Amino acid sequence: MNDSILEIKDLKISFGSGENKAAAVRGINLDVRRGEIHSLVGESGSGKTVTSTCVLGLLPEPPAIIESGSIRYKDLELLSLSAEARRKTRGKEIAMVFQEPSKYLNPALKVGEQITEMLKLHHGMNSSQSEKRAMEILDLVGLGDNNRVLSSYPHELSGGMKQRVMIGIAICCDPSLLIADEPTTALDVTLQLQILKLIMKLRRQLNMGILFISHDLAVVHDISDRVSVIYAGLIVETGSREDIFSSPRHPYTRLLLASIPDAAKRGKKLTAISGRVPDAEHFPSGCAFHPRCPLAEEHCSEQQPAMESLGGSQSAACFCLSKEWTE
Amino acid sequence: MSSFIEIVDLVKSFKGRGFSNGEKIFTAVDRVNLNIEKNTIFGLVGESGCGKTTLSRSLLFLDPPTSGEINIGGIDLGKLSRRKLRTFRRKVQIVFQDPNSALNPKMSIENSIKEGLNNIGYEKSRINDRVDELLGLVGITPAHKSRFPHEFSGGQKQRIVIARALSVEPDFLILDEPVSNLDVSIQAQIINLLLELKDKLSLTFLFISHDLNLVSYLSDRIAVMYKGKIVETAPAEIIMERPVHPYTLKLFSSVPGISPIDDEAGEEIFHVEEQGYSEGLPDGRVYHLADSKLAPEMLEIAEGHFVACYNEK
Amino acid sequence: MNFLLFVFKRLLRLVLTVLIISTIIFFVIRVIPGDPALVIAGVDASEEEIAAVRAKIGTDVPIGQQYISWLGDIARFDFGESMISGESVNKLIFERFPLTITLAFMGIILGIIIAIPLGVLSAVRRWSFWDYLGMVFSQIGMAVPSFWLAIILLLIFAVRFPLFPLFGVGSLKHLILPALSLGFARAAVILRLTRAAMVEELSKEYVITARAKGLTETMVKYKHALRNALIPVVTITGIQFGYMLGGAIIIEQVFSLPGLGRLFLYGIYQRDFTLVQGGVVFIAVVFSLVNFLVDVLYSVINPRIRIS
Repeated sequence: MNDSILEIKDLKISFGSGENKAAAVRGINLDVRRGEIHSLVGESGSGKTVTSTCVLGLLPEPPAIIESGSIRYKDLELLSLSAEARRKTRGKEIAMVFQEPSKYLNPALKVGEQITEMLKLHHGMNSSQSEKRAMEILDLVGLGDNNRVLSSYPHELSGGMKQRVMIGIAICCDPSLLIADEPTTALDVTLQLQILKLIMKLRRQLNMGILFISHDLAVVHDISDRVSVIYAGLIVETGSREDIFSSPRHPYTRLLLASIPDAAKRGKKLTAISGRVPDAEHFPSGCAFHPRCPLAEEHCSEQQPAMESLGGSQSAACFCLSKEWTE
Repeated sequence: MSSFIEIVDLVKSFKGRGFSNGEKIFTAVDRVNLNIEKNTIFGLVGESGCGKTTLSRSLLFLDPPTSGEINIGGIDLGKLSRRKLRTFRRKVQIVFQDPNSALNPKMSIENSIKEGLNNIGYEKSRINDRVDELLGLVGITPAHKSRFPHEFSGGQKQRIVIARALSVEPDFLILDEPVSNLDVSIQAQIINLLLELKDKLSLTFLFISHDLNLVSYLSDRIAVMYKGKIVETAPAEIIMERPVHPYTLKLFSSVPGISPIDDEAGEEIFHVEEQGYSEGLPDGRVYHLADSKLAPEMLEIAEGHFVACYNEK
Repeated sequence: MNFLLFVFKRLLRLVLTVLIISTIIFFVIRVIPGDPALVIAGVDASEEEIAAVRAKIGTDVPIGQQYISWLGDIARFDFGESMISGESVNKLIFERFPLTITLAFMGIILGIIIAIPLGVLSAVRRWSFWDYLGMVFSQIGMAVPSFWLAIILLLIFAVRFPLFPLFGVGSLKHLILPALSLGFARAAVILRLTRAAMVEELSKEYVITARAKGLTETMVKYKHALRNALIPVVTITGIQFGYMLGGAIIIEQVFSLPGLGRLFLYGIYQRDFTLVQGGVVFIAVVFSLVNFLVDVLYSVINPRIRIS
């Protein structure tokens, strides 16, 4: 039954050494199945980007130290692969789409070149084969009518076109796992919808598993199959889209959802979470959310709660799950 | 009956630069008319390049507009002498998106705020108290006033920026994406603070954001901007429930968080610049004319609800 | 069409620059003490003899008039005659120009061959042996006066180990040491710049994308990053070439090379107004032309500002 493409088990990553050691990721468990979109939701400093960078194998070690844990891609244990073997999985098996295409595309190389070089490297294609395939890829991402794109430089394209190119680059070698790190955050809302639709369409057509990283709960709501919420280096809640949005259980998730403004809340004061988002050097003891949590009890600052299954696919890590309360 | 802020036929154009567009004129703000009532929040939405930022900068009158009038409290800014304009500037303040670039990293936050107070000739003996008062107003411990920006979190920095904007006792605050750079869990704090301050100090807000959910939560009235022109303006609830202009429809239907995306559904078409499209308009009117050098008319199709359209002739 | 307009505007700027420089040099050289007439006539010449010389070389008319007629000459590309020797300045310049330009070229090429690879290596292996070597090299290069280096090179490679000829011309071998002395300081600058540019490019986001694509480190560094890093390097190198023309004066003196540099040096000693003016204008034109070509080259290799 295991159609998991990605399985992260108890991943622990820290930075620095000695007194300045900061644990950025403190034991993450996450899996992504073939054909599903699993969103990882978190704010700055939560460890979501460190995690995704680690899956790709681009975490610079030092200063990062992978303390323990496992990252399995299909039946490969990524953390025990050599650097060269790891490199071979990038682009070919695991691909990534980044946030700002104008920064993440090479300004001095033509778009076509940035696609064909991958096809030549990973699939051993020659020039004409790779060009043909590159055109098919552009067609897949919605840039098919424009035959100038291949020979254009990134700065000659619009923002939306650039992001489609980024996606094209990511999928051109048929990866099974796609990591999308805030791919639409820098885009206008109408463009965002188009790109999200594209990602979902490609997921369906290529049967990829997608790890979607975002801080935007509205977007996550619209595209996810499963959602995991990460706070201070740990997953605090995970479940299906319905679980998380209709019946969130962890106080952080609930408060976060309650604090997001929308038209329905007009006239009412927004539920705000007090305090600030902690950074890796100063994660609070015990349950990291306790300084900001309305339910906090004494033992919350002493012990870290373990993930408790709540039935179905939902689990949350909190000592006060059985308490009744309103935001 | 005049509104607190009246923008009449505002135009702001820029000359193209470089050898490839030497003579081209780019009109960022194209004959914009807006009225903002006192003590209300006016939301301005639009996508990048629509001119909303240029519009907000024009309101500060740092660059005189190409043409048109900006009236604040009945006074035409264009008619003020330079000296009077300087004093008048106090009434309009702006809070930007990035608190890091708004605060001088080499100045303690105390000095940052004092700068504004000194500029308006605030009584020297009372400046320190005023700084404490302002910091307290925005939720920053006055004891921390000698600290520097980098010692504060993003949300705190934005609070400090707000405190500084309020130091000169403005009537009108322009907020240009004030929470976009902040973490989600902090945004609500700042929004609540802004609302509290608005009531306490009787402020008027122009709130610019790309986050339609946020704007629809906050605003009393909303205007939608597209390619330098206002295409629709109405009370917030109305524009959310019964938008009329095709661009507004397109914009609001893209807002995430309502329903899961169905990627197999066909592309919805919105007729934004379609010739002759007139759905929702009375006879003889269309949304788009090929020769849009003409100014559209703001037709009042319902109480307080205006849509830009052209007379089809 | 736009490209042509761009070129035209640049050329106009070139002409204006040359004009301004010519004017400045014209007046400056007349301000410094020393009268060519005296040099020619000799120290014990009589008043009449000096006056006669002045009439001959044309310094007896008012300065304004000299200036106007000289401008007219320039417009016809006629730099006049050397006040001292009477030879055509044009002829003198063109006789010696090839040597100087060859020297400058060799200098810059040697500089590039050393500096760019070393700069790239420095950036790619920061804080390694190569990086320290590069940094030391660039520090020395910028601190050491070229003539001192020239003399040292001569002492080692021409005197102690007679590998190279001491002076004079005849073959390319004669130009190696001079080119090295000339190019060394420039190489130091180019190396620093290459390292900085490369380091900056390697920290950019598209490099992360390149790695995420599974490209080999070689491809990431040398195909993706280097291409962008070379853009500013090429421009600066072009400009450095212009400076070499100035440095040539000293080097030619040390190595006794009959190039433009020595020609002008003596012209200045002897207050040979026309020779110096002509020389400066000529160099100004060459320098401006080099800059102009660099500008054009820059717009060609930088896709972002390529005029399409």
